[in-house]
Amino acid sequence: MTIEVKQLDRVVIRFAGDSGDGMQLTGDRFTAETASFGNDLSTLPNFPAEIRAPAGTLPGVSSFQLHFADHDILTPGDAPDVLIAMNPAALKANLKDVPRGSTIIVDTADFTARNLKRIGYDENPLESGELEAYHVVALNLTGMTVESVKEFGLSRKDASRAKNMYALGLVSWLFQRPVESTITFLETKFAGKPDIRDANIAAFRAGYNFGETAEEFSVRYEVKPAVMPTGNYRNISGNLALAYGLVAGAQRAGLAMVLGAYPITPASDVLHELSKLKRFNVTTIQAEDEIAGVGAALGASFGGALGVTTSSGPGISLKSETIGLGVMLELPLVVCDIQRAGPSTGMPTKTEQADLLQVMFGRNGEAPLPVLAAQSPADCFAIAVEATRIAVTYRTPVIVLSDGYLANGSEPWQIPAVESLPTIDPSFTVEPNATGADGKPTYLPYLRDPETLARAWAIPGTAGLDHRIGGLEKEDKTGNISYDPANHDLMIRTRQAKIDGIDVPPIAVDDPDGTAKVLVLGWGSTYGPIGAAVRRVRRVGGKIAQAHLRHLNPFPSNLGDLLKSYEKVLVPEMNLGQLAMLLRAKYLVDVVSYAQVRGMPLGAAELAEVIGNLVEETEGIDDDARHMGSAAASLTHGEALRAEPNGRSNGQLHESEGAR
Amino acid sequence: MSTVDLGLPGLPGGLRGVPAATEPQNRKEYVSDQEVRWCPGCGDYAVLAAFQGFLPELGIKRENVAMVSGIGCSSRFPYYLSTYGMHSIHGRAPAIATGLATARPDLSVWVVTGDGDALSIGGNHLIHTLRRNVNLKILLFNNRIYGLTKGQYSPTSEPGKVTKSTPMGSVDTPFNPVSLALGAEATFVARTVDSDRKHLTSVLRAAAQHRGTSFVEIYQNCPIFNDNAFDAFKNPETRDDAIIPLVHGEPIRFGVDGHLGVVRDGFASLAVREVADLPGGESDLVVHDAHTEDPAYAFALSRLTDAGVLHQAPIGIFRQVDRPAYDDLVRQQITTATEAQGPGDLQQLITGTDTWTVD
Repeated sequence: MTIEVKQLDRVVIRFAGDSGDGMQLTGDRFTAETASFGNDLSTLPNFPAEIRAPAGTLPGVSSFQLHFADHDILTPGDAPDVLIAMNPAALKANLKDVPRGSTIIVDTADFTARNLKRIGYDENPLESGELEAYHVVALNLTGMTVESVKEFGLSRKDASRAKNMYALGLVSWLFQRPVESTITFLETKFAGKPDIRDANIAAFRAGYNFGETAEEFSVRYEVKPAVMPTGNYRNISGNLALAYGLVAGAQRAGLAMVLGAYPITPASDVLHELSKLKRFNVTTIQAEDEIAGVGAALGASFGGALGVTTSSGPGISLKSETIGLGVMLELPLVVCDIQRAGPSTGMPTKTEQADLLQVMFGRNGEAPLPVLAAQSPADCFAIAVEATRIAVTYRTPVIVLSDGYLANGSEPWQIPAVESLPTIDPSFTVEPNATGADGKPTYLPYLRDPETLARAWAIPGTAGLDHRIGGLEKEDKTGNISYDPANHDLMIRTRQAKIDGIDVPPIAVDDPDGTAKVLVLGWGSTYGPIGAAVRRVRRVGGKIAQAHLRHLNPFPSNLGDLLKSYEKVLVPEMNLGQLAMLLRAKYLVDVVSYAQVRGMPLGAAELAEVIGNLVEETEGIDDDARHMGSAAASLTHGEALRAEPNGRSNGQLHESEGAR
Repeated sequence: MSTVDLGLPGLPGGLRGVPAATEPQNRKEYVSDQEVRWCPGCGDYAVLAAFQGFLPELGIKRENVAMVSGIGCSSRFPYYLSTYGMHSIHGRAPAIATGLATARPDLSVWVVTGDGDALSIGGNHLIHTLRRNVNLKILLFNNRIYGLTKGQYSPTSEPGKVTKSTPMGSVDTPFNPVSLALGAEATFVARTVDSDRKHLTSVLRAAAQHRGTSFVEIYQNCPIFNDNAFDAFKNPETRDDAIIPLVHGEPIRFGVDGHLGVVRDGFASLAVREVADLPGGESDLVVHDAHTEDPAYAFALSRLTDAGVLHQAPIGIFRQVDRPAYDDLVRQQITTATEAQGPGDLQQLITGTDTWTVD
């Protein structure tokens, strides 16, 4: 049988199974294969907070979605073209996201009457006809896995655990992925357990060979490498990029780094990564609580190190008082908030961006500090370097906002040359900086640089510059305790002026022919979905401008003018309109808020509809005459169709982002 | 999870790594230009004077002393010393000092705190600092009352204490700070009294020389809100029977003419007895051994402190044992990792192993 090879421009694939089935690992490996092949890609892991929810149940389903393409893409995709479901629960939990006509590869091993009933299926969906609209490939993956590793003498339970590698092998064949890196990976990961190593490699190869020899598949797919700027690339997740960015920032500042942290989802991986980097002069202190974590970081900063703390929203709440102390002490401190769905414990493994107002204002008194937000997984690196620059240069705590979507998601990253990163100068004070009333040289810890308003910073061990600082209001220049009303007013205004005056790059706007009347302005991880939605709207002829904020305090100085230069400004956020509130308050611009708080990234199609409608409304088109939004949302035939001249002849894969 | 041999380093003194002063120092050099603002008669004055007098004898550079405090009357302490200092926030000084001591092995780091600061709001940080054995010195000024907030009961106030917030008497069971520290397996635990400058200084000296966390409870009088709380230990008529002196290597005997002594009493506990009633006389008394590894002995000693209105309590060093300091171990791991693999190469790190090139 000849196997046809079809060219596709993009594919969204989702692996789903029980929490213990190794779906995250499978997704990671498929991502690595895809990255090394040279596709652009974007990933979305989605898993329950429970470590091992009861097997075979809907709450226990864990999934990993990957979008890869021959062109640059912005999101992990709204809907999968291919779903790999390792059990009935994974099928049921994910089916609603899968468009009709898509391919579903399903492991039939667990489709017993009892398992089906447990999740509410009265009939076997593989036999009842309810999947007729899909291209279903039903295989006993578990059975075939066990058969393929027979020679290693493992128990059936251990043998069946390799089924994720069998599935990965099959899908690697289907999409012509290079497999060497996965074999190397398995050799390293299970180096100490030869049986398990050999079984996993055998299962992986068996899955690949099954695709080649069985007659289940008449078509293989090819997604050519993406055209990307020349350079050296790797794939990187947001949390890893953040960890590396912090180390890079500390190194560029010539400072030792001390991380004080307490484990919390989804920030813990930053602690884990930094804990491995001791030879980069990185100290990690797993503190007794969130408060001690930031306390240790601030103490280290007092000693002349770069103090860093990493957490999520609930932890930031606990750290607030110490961050306020940092504002008063005017010491560098980098505070990373990997946001998750709240309030309270909320949904720990789900994403959200609802901590913006908390980090802006969640302290007693007037306690301004800079706030930055990463816009993509790889951007976490650059944001961390920028946060370090601001913290050290201006002697201030800085908040870095990431979120669960950026933290766990990944994308290709053009690796920067270290020497191209900014150098950061702590400019410690080592000599007296003033003359006292007695005519002798003296040190004034709150004497400021006239340009930056940053205070002088002398660290313990510097002879002749000993001084005392604390949370009580400081007298200007001397830093002595002061209750003087005029001094308090001066210090409040000075601390505010210092933050307001931070050197922040102007915001860039993408408005191709400069005639758009509507601007979409976002911040943080909505960058991808907004960009994808904007492409859809442009594709159906809509004129739309896009801009994205990475600096949220202070705002770029040209932001007010930018907002006022458009008739309408749409602000999509994964909260109830927090940036919108800030923009209205500061610029008196009546921005339109688009809010979704479902614990998931914004959907590009949904957002495209909102944008399209707003563009037409601004053009004065009546409600019932509008069509752009629905057209942009329902774009499904794009480059994929061009690659298949007969249209959707086998109906297995299709374009859903409509992006280019 | 597996464990690894941490390769315990030697057990050097508390000041190892701190640069020595090049010239002799005097008390005045440690007095800052700030006006001291405690209430007249406050026990803090005595502690400050003793501390300022004691620092020069350490023979270390003044700029390498760092004081960290929390909130409360005692936490004003750093302002009055011409060293580096941070007056931080309520209860968090041990956490902040942990970061400082870990980042800077060349500093002598001291925490000044009170019974409210250390045992109420900061209780968690205190026990974890003691558990880790960070090389820093904690001075807990215990006046058994909240002074700065004007007279509420504290976690060391006696049951039934009538204050503004407990008009019918406190129903809280108080902490015994020394028992608490020993429960956290602190390696250096001592108690002294604000008014006994000689004893206070000797305890400070031993605390400074200890590698690891030194915990010193100082009975300190608040003349405004809890005057004479420690009168039994200060009044010449009662103090001999009140103070149970702990001197390493000596039998624990006290009272007027040494009529009282400490003996073993049942399973892991100790008791005070009339020496004259003991069949073996002084030979039946416990000989104090602060180096006893098992904290149960020091804990039993700490229980000789009566929990109500204080009439009797051991004073001195309860426990002084060697255990590697947290910050030493942390720094050693950095050294070990750096020696094993060389200093980190940032370009190599961020590049990783799975890369591809687009031409």
